[in-house]
Amino acid sequence: MKVRFKVNGQPRSVDVPADMPLLWTLRDVLELKGTKFGCGAAQCGACTVHFNGAATRSCVLPVSAAQGAEITTVEGLSPDGTHALQRAWEELDVPQCGYCQAGQLMSAAALLDAKAHPTDADIDVAMNGNLCRCATYLRIRQAIHRAAELKVQATHAGRPRRLTEGKP
Amino acid sequence: MTIALQPGAGVSRRDFLRASALAGGGLLLASYVEPLDAADAFAARAAGASGVADPSLNAFIRIMPDGMVTIVAKNPEIGQGVKTMLPMLIAEELDVEWKNVRVEQAPLDSVRYSGQTAGGSTATPSNWLPMRRIGAAGRAMLVSAAAAKWGVPASECDTTPGVVRHAASGRTIGYGELATSAASSTAPDLATVTLKDPKTFRIIGTRVRGVDVHAIVTGTPMFGIDVTVPGMLYATYLKCPVFGGTVASANLAEVRTLPGVRHAFVVNATSIQEGVTVGISPGVAIVADSWWLAKSARGRLRVRWNEGTTAAQSSAGFARQAAELAKQPPQLPMRHDGDVGAALEGAVKTVSASYMYPFIAHATLEPQNCTARYADGKLELWAPAQLPDLGRGMVAKALGLEPEAISVNITRSGGGFGRRLYQDFMVEAAWIAKETGAPVKLVWTREDDIQHDFYRPAGYHNFAGGVDAAGKLVAWQNHFVSFGDGKSFAASANIGGGEFPARFVPNYSLAASMMPTGVPTGALRAPGSNGIAFAVQSFIDELAHAAGRDPLQFRLDLLAAEQPAPASTGTGPQPVLFDGSRMRAVLELVAEKSGWGTRQLPRGTGM
Repeated sequence: MKVRFKVNGQPRSVDVPADMPLLWTLRDVLELKGTKFGCGAAQCGACTVHFNGAATRSCVLPVSAAQGAEITTVEGLSPDGTHALQRAWEELDVPQCGYCQAGQLMSAAALLDAKAHPTDADIDVAMNGNLCRCATYLRIRQAIHRAAELKVQATHAGRPRRLTEGKP
Repeated sequence: MTIALQPGAGVSRRDFLRASALAGGGLLLASYVEPLDAADAFAARAAGASGVADPSLNAFIRIMPDGMVTIVAKNPEIGQGVKTMLPMLIAEELDVEWKNVRVEQAPLDSVRYSGQTAGGSTATPSNWLPMRRIGAAGRAMLVSAAAAKWGVPASECDTTPGVVRHAASGRTIGYGELATSAASSTAPDLATVTLKDPKTFRIIGTRVRGVDVHAIVTGTPMFGIDVTVPGMLYATYLKCPVFGGTVASANLAEVRTLPGVRHAFVVNATSIQEGVTVGISPGVAIVADSWWLAKSARGRLRVRWNEGTTAAQSSAGFARQAAELAKQPPQLPMRHDGDVGAALEGAVKTVSASYMYPFIAHATLEPQNCTARYADGKLELWAPAQLPDLGRGMVAKALGLEPEAISVNITRSGGGFGRRLYQDFMVEAAWIAKETGAPVKLVWTREDDIQHDFYRPAGYHNFAGGVDAAGKLVAWQNHFVSFGDGKSFAASANIGGGEFPARFVPNYSLAASMMPTGVPTGALRAPGSNGIAFAVQSFIDELAHAAGRDPLQFRLDLLAAEQPAPASTGTGPQPVLFDGSRMRAVLELVAEKSGWGTRQLPRGTGM
């Protein structure tokens, strides 16, 4: 079937089987490889994208359900890789193998959109469905706090503060 | 199957460096593993008629006229950081600013790189000197080039990052300006090149961010599963749910009519080595225009399997057999110190307990996958593999190709944990691509990955232990039930003859019994220890509680009772020698940092 939607702000049109999950449409039709296949059962979070702003598992969402939707993938998190989360992730050197991190970032971005200064408990709840086999969870939590700080600094850009080095 | 984690390790091999000029200026340094004549032949070919190197040649270091340095990382990156670490070693000795370094992943190339493996936690020690020597040789060549240019002895020159200087005259020159002239000099002997004093290290020992972190957080394709080859089709491969089963029949005609399906065929081949399936196992391949269509078609696939004898095996059955074997005399004595029987009888408190842990899958977050292209007798593979060279050998054998006809691109792996030491996915992709005649990306489902692993084997420990009136451990006995043929253990199902607390308790006995299994087994992070340490340390805790002792002090006392390796009557492997004083120091530090004894621990927590 023909599906029209917006991906990372761009209008896109695909002609694919109606039951093809959004994940495979993104990866194999639109060649956006940032969103990962981990389980195909919405159990691991590697395929997380924003679907009309909400963190959504794209591996079980039929593309037909995305008709007219606005989709954001890790490639569209920022135009130039400078979203506060991306900067914090780099600063704290979060990834190990890196495979889960696109999904982690998208879940974290939805969290920060909803809550500018999440607590540890907020983070644990929001990130609970994103597995990391390398167990980078503690750095992920630190990096989300750091991104919240960076966002505050960005809104006070007139009074730049020296960024401190990330804690190990 | 025995896996050599470091091919070449322990074998006397020498690496040689050859320098070439790059077209447009610049220096290319490549290394060659013996034999030297092959290196020279290659270097001659590299130089070519024009006298400049083909920049596509695999090198270790490229220095461009603008001073930018490209360093090649030779080993597979599976999340352990080796793609950052190896170039750090080279950059340190080359003496360049890390910010001016670009890192490239090497393909598999056994002419130029040795030990392109990920596994065994040995990459740093085994590459510590070789990588540093390559960097140091490059630095020496740049120093020589500057000295020649200035007409001064090289011994009067030194370097600051990216710059050679002659202190006496105050002259300096950047590496980029020297690169082309350095290319015409002879590379020094790697065995005798001068290395930095570690006190002067500027990169090694500092916190360096992973070289791919930016690419990861921006979703740049780099994993095996992200590979795209023009004209590529997508494959799924269904194997028998029973290990070792074969295909009796399948509704291929129907499957071939399904949307997007280009090929559907049975593979009834098996590669077996030392009784273990390695490489190809029988199954049904479906190749389609997209992976989703291949997987959808698989939902309509009906296969009749010849399940074979492993169908009678189960986890519950193994547990029953293990309990029976634990009541019998052990099949394989492994170590016996003192008199355990008498010590148990004389003990004030004794405890008996059985521990078991199950088979577990590695479950790398990136499911197994591989992309293969076969044309004109040549095969090219893109593989997230821990042992790509071993994989190439397996592919060559299964497909009847010479290894030289197979090239392997090493991709980043979304986790390894030991799973990608077994390159079955490479053989499957190669087989399907050869049969299909088009480039094929094989992607396993998560269910395939859990169902067809080389599992951390289950294990069953049957302990008895005794403490004396002073609350000290005096007797330890373990009848370990595992998998194997009674004489040798299945892969990674073994226990070391010196397993803790051997040498720390005067009366110690370790023996094993084994069950045959058709379940493929293999290494998972910290092979052996990941299960054994839990069982051993938990039983030590039980003994401490039985003795009414603090579990920390009980262990510290145990570790203080270290004996020099006693004469062993067992026939097992050489004992692993633990250093009791260092282990004590670790426990003491953990106790201090965790506030041991000052906090109420949640249920299920212990030392």
